[in-house]
Amino acid sequence: MFLEIRLHGRGGQGVVTASEMLAEAAILEGYHGQSIPYFGAERRGAPVVASARISDKPIRRHGQVYTPDTICVFDTMFVLRKDVREGLKEGGTAIVNHKKFPKIDKFRVYVVDATKIAVENGLMVAGWAVVNTAMVGATAKVLGIISKEVLESVVRRRWRGELGDRNLRATLRAFEEVRG
Amino acid sequence: MTGNHAVAYGVRDASAEVVAAYPITPQTQIVEKLAEFVEKGEMRGRYIRVESEHSAMAACIAAEACGARSFTATSSHGLLYMSEMIFWAGLGSFPVTMAVVTRTLAPPWSIWNEHTDILSQRDAGWVIMMCESAQEAYDTAIQAFRIAEDERLVQPVMYGLDAFSVSHTAEEVDLLEKKDVEGYLPPLEPSRLRVYMDPENPGTFGNLVGPDRMMEIRHSIKEAFDRARVVIKDAVRDYEKISGRRQVGLIEEYRCSDAEVVMITTGASSGDAKDAADYLRDEGVRAGLVRLRVIRPLPREEISDAVKGAKVVAVVDRDYSFGYGGILAGELEGYIGKKMCRFVAGLGGRDLTPEDFKGIAMKALEMGEKGDVSKEIWWGLKG
Repeated sequence: MFLEIRLHGRGGQGVVTASEMLAEAAILEGYHGQSIPYFGAERRGAPVVASARISDKPIRRHGQVYTPDTICVFDTMFVLRKDVREGLKEGGTAIVNHKKFPKIDKFRVYVVDATKIAVENGLMVAGWAVVNTAMVGATAKVLGIISKEVLESVVRRRWRGELGDRNLRATLRAFEEVRG
Repeated sequence: MTGNHAVAYGVRDASAEVVAAYPITPQTQIVEKLAEFVEKGEMRGRYIRVESEHSAMAACIAAEACGARSFTATSSHGLLYMSEMIFWAGLGSFPVTMAVVTRTLAPPWSIWNEHTDILSQRDAGWVIMMCESAQEAYDTAIQAFRIAEDERLVQPVMYGLDAFSVSHTAEEVDLLEKKDVEGYLPPLEPSRLRVYMDPENPGTFGNLVGPDRMMEIRHSIKEAFDRARVVIKDAVRDYEKISGRRQVGLIEEYRCSDAEVVMITTGASSGDAKDAADYLRDEGVRAGLVRLRVIRPLPREEISDAVKGAKVVAVVDRDYSFGYGGILAGELEGYIGKKMCRFVAGLGGRDLTPEDFKGIAMKALEMGEKGDVSKEIWWGLKG
């Protein structure tokens, strides 16, 4: 197995953290994992890309991901962007933060209302919904190789106390609510 | 964890006694993490916030002169600003270790990966190593102290991490047990140092030396570097024992023994080149790779041995010396004993993938077959 996942969001949504959480969760499940950020001139609100690789063999390469098996779209508006879908393998998977169900030709689409989940759990920074933990939960469910127990451990390692509780609730709720 | 954090954990586990810290992208996470370790009491070292990179290295030199194991980290412009003190550390035989997150030099401004910065310091009397992964960054951070402080060498060690593709890429990293590291890395005894300054009995260092003695002082450093290969091999072999993981010595040979084309690379994208070699073999092309883990001392004999079966060799430089060419290709020319193609690739952080290395290997084979390898190829250059 060799899976490449590319995450698209905006500065402030926690895209890089999400890719690290996915890699970490994969490692805890006994796979090899790698999280690759793409660093540009980050500003809150500007488009941000990060990627994760999951493999049953050691991952040696360090280049960016150009032909992902799965894309995770953190921002509803980005569904319309061509560069977000660029390189996605035919029949590949798109996991989208969306209220409705956008149709994206040639790809398998999964939807989760991550913004609502984040807002309802008080995951807001400077007026922005921080959707990363919800998107990680949804992605874990769709990938089918990351358990709830591992998700809990990954969330707890990053956030202690009450903030950890809220992030965990968002993660697990998205895990349950994602639909395809 | 990221490559940057892996370095910080390595420095913590090696019980560094002095950290001189000055921030610069993409290195800052290393000294930030070390600050956290010191604050939490996980590390007993003295954390010195200096006002520049030049002062960071001066602080490390002074600490080593008093017998304290010291570390700093920098990148690109910080490295160049530090350069005067880097030569002081090397020519004065102070066994400092330093992580260099390799980054393109401006202008125009860039934060992305290139190896020209670290290679610009290649004549400073330092051992120079390059890390392929976060795991190797952790391992190298520990091994660097052992190599630097070995009584047969006693010279500083710097090691490069590719900006972002190692520094900020998060991967699995196995950490060692503290007690294993302690056995591997005995405390730095002042008797081992070439220059020891006892604060109770002050002296001076760096006085004027006339032409009658300087050559001999330089020659003693040359002799230390003649022993460096063995020192590094011993450090790697002993580290294998405590870690239970295979370690790369001076060079890593990947599928070289029967290869018709061998690429020579260093740093993070060597992994992409290994994947390329596998893909090419699936397609019936016998490709292999030599990765330089150590650049000073330059392992010329090991490389020429590794490529002796090849028809053609492709040196891939992620650096450049104007009016000379790719630095590694220039240094290896005449030692390879094979047709050698020179590729310049990935400057300014331009990404290199397995597809790029497949292309490079195929181009080298084609040039070798035509019998003309004289042209330097700038890989992927846009028109």
